[in-house]
Amino acid sequence: MYAHGKIGGFLHLYIGQEATGVGAIAALRPEDYVVSHYREHGHCLAKGSEPRRVMAELFGKATGLCRGKGGSMHLFDTSTGFLGGYAIVAGGMPIAVGLAVASSYRADGRVTLNFFGDGAANEGEFHEALNLAAVWKLPIVFLLENNLYAMGTAVARVTAEAELYRRAEGYGMPGLRVDGMDVLKVFEVTSEAVKRARKGEGPTLVEAMTYRYRGHSMADPAQYRTREEEAEWQRRDPISNFRRQLLASDKGFSDKDFEKVDQEIGEVIAEAVRFAEESPELPLSAIYEDIYGE
Amino acid sequence: MPVITYREAISQALREELNRDESVFIMGEEVGAYGGSYAVTKGFLEEFGERRVKDTPISESVIVGAAIGAAMGGLRPVAELMTINFSLLAMDQIVNNAAKLRYMSGGQVSVPMVVRTVSGGGRRLGAQHSQSLEGWFAHVPGLKVANPSSPYDAKGLLKTAIRGDDPVMFIEHSLLYGIRGEVPEEDYTIPFGVADVKREGKHATVIAYSRMVQVALGAAEMLSEQGIEVEVVDLRTLRPMDAETAVNSVRKTNLAIVLEESPKTGGFGGEVVSQIQEMAFDYLDGPVAWVGGAEAPMPYAKNLELAAMPNENTVAEAVKGLVSRRY
Repeated sequence: MYAHGKIGGFLHLYIGQEATGVGAIAALRPEDYVVSHYREHGHCLAKGSEPRRVMAELFGKATGLCRGKGGSMHLFDTSTGFLGGYAIVAGGMPIAVGLAVASSYRADGRVTLNFFGDGAANEGEFHEALNLAAVWKLPIVFLLENNLYAMGTAVARVTAEAELYRRAEGYGMPGLRVDGMDVLKVFEVTSEAVKRARKGEGPTLVEAMTYRYRGHSMADPAQYRTREEEAEWQRRDPISNFRRQLLASDKGFSDKDFEKVDQEIGEVIAEAVRFAEESPELPLSAIYEDIYGE
Repeated sequence: MPVITYREAISQALREELNRDESVFIMGEEVGAYGGSYAVTKGFLEEFGERRVKDTPISESVIVGAAIGAAMGGLRPVAELMTINFSLLAMDQIVNNAAKLRYMSGGQVSVPMVVRTVSGGGRRLGAQHSQSLEGWFAHVPGLKVANPSSPYDAKGLLKTAIRGDDPVMFIEHSLLYGIRGEVPEEDYTIPFGVADVKREGKHATVIAYSRMVQVALGAAEMLSEQGIEVEVVDLRTLRPMDAETAVNSVRKTNLAIVLEESPKTGGFGGEVVSQIQEMAFDYLDGPVAWVGGAEAPMPYAKNLELAAMPNENTVAEAVKGLVSRRY
C-alpha cells in the first residue's frame, strides 16, 4: 500500500516487535489507557481498534480513526483507551504521566501503559516523566521497547549505561528486563507491573528486548546493521515461536488452526484495504475543523 | 465595587474555580508550600490540600505534559510555569502536543488546560527572566493566548480559560501584580477574542495588550493635557484576536499606533499592523506606527533596561509624530 502511494508520509513498521505490544496490552483491562510512540499501529490494534479504521487513517480517509488528520504516527482511539501515537521522541511520556495523574486524582482504578523506545530513554522528558511518576506513586507502567537502534544509532554507541532497565534504580522504582520476543514472558512481567500500579504502589520500568525487522521507516535500508544480525533475530520470530510453543503444548492445537487464523487475518486485511479504498476523502472545509472546542 | 490588585483578582478566580468545579486543580513549581512565586496561590495548600494544589519538581516539560494528559483524562488542570522564559523547556508539550491533540485525533480528544505564566521585563532580572514571548504562542493554531492588562480582565479571562475546552496560555505580567482596579464580587467571565476600549479618544488609536495598555493609558493622560485625545484599545487575547474592534477604532480616529513590549522583528505587533492596513487602509491619515522593545536581549543595567522598553514618553512621542503629520 505504501509502495503504491496509498499511504503517505513516514511509515514505521512494527514487524518483529509484536510479542512486546501484544503481551503487554494483554495485561490491561479494557478501560486502561495506552500511550505510545510513532511505531504504534500494533499497539492501537492490540488495544482493540477496528483494523479497517486504522487502514482508512493510513490512507488519509474521512472514515479513519482520526478522520484522516492524524496519519500513521498519530493514531488515537478514545473508544478503546488508546490515547495516542506521538511523533516527537519521548513526547508522549509526560502525557502518559498526566493520564495517570487523572486516574489517581479520581481513584478510578485505571492503569496507564506507556510505550517508548530506547531512543526516548536519552531524552530529558524520560527523566522528568519517570521522576514525577515515582514521586507521586502514579498508576503507570513504563514499557521500554529496546529494539537496539534509535533510528540508525546503536544504543551502546550513545548511551553511558546501556542496560536501560537499571535506570529505574535512580527513580526508586523496580526495573526489569524481559525477552520482548516472547509474548508470554512479556505478558507475565507486565501483569505484575500493572498489578503493582493498580494497587497504588507506583510505577515500574519494564525493558523489553526486541528487534524491528524492517528499517526505522520505509525510507531506511538499515545499513547500520548486518544481515547476519537480522537473520539471528528472525530465527527468534515471536509469532512462529509462539506457534511452536502452542503446537508443543497439550492444548490440542494443530497446523490447521493456524492456517485458519492466517486466512482470517488475510481476510481482515483485505477487507480493511477495501474499506479504506472505498472511503471518501475529507471535504476541504475539514482543514479548519477540530482545531478548537469552542 | 471592591478595588483589588491584579494578583488578588487572579487568586480569586483560581479559588472560585477550585470551589466551583472538583475537576479543577493546580500544579507547578512552588504553588503549594511556598505559596506561589508571585504569591498568587498563597494559602491554597492549606485551604484545598495536596490533591488540588500540587507542588512539582522543576520539570517544566512534565508539568505541562502531565497537565495535558490529565486534561485528556477529564480534569481541568491549571499548570503554572514560574516565568514565560521557562516555558521554553516545555515548548514540545505546548506546541507539539497541547495545540495539536484535538486536531490530530480528529476531534476525539480535548485539552482543557490552562498554563499560567508570567512575562515581561522591568524588574532588573536580566536577559533570561525578562522576555515577552506571547507572539511565539499566538503563532500556533490550536492554542489560545490571553494577556490581561487589568484586575477585572485578569479575573474574567482566567475563569473563561479554566471553563473552556481548549489549551490556553494565560500570560500575566510581573509588573502588573500590584496594580489596583474595580472587580465585582459576583461571578463573571470575559469571552476570548473581544478587545476592550480602555479609553475613548478621537485623534489616534493606540492598540496594545498586557502592561503596555497601562503605558498607553499613561501616555493618553499626558497627551490629553496637550489637547490630543487618544483611544486605547486593549486586545486582551492575542489568539483569538479581535481585529474588528481595533479596526473600528482606527476608522474613527484615522491614525494607529501598535504598541508591544517585545522586540518588533517577528513580533505580534506586525500581525496587528498588517490587519489594520488591510482592513482600514482607506481610513488612514498616515502610516501605521509600531512601537516595540529594543532589538536586544534585555540588559541588566537600570538605565539600559528602562530604555529597552517602550514607556509613556516614547508612546506619546510616537502619537504626536503621527498627529502632527496629519495637518
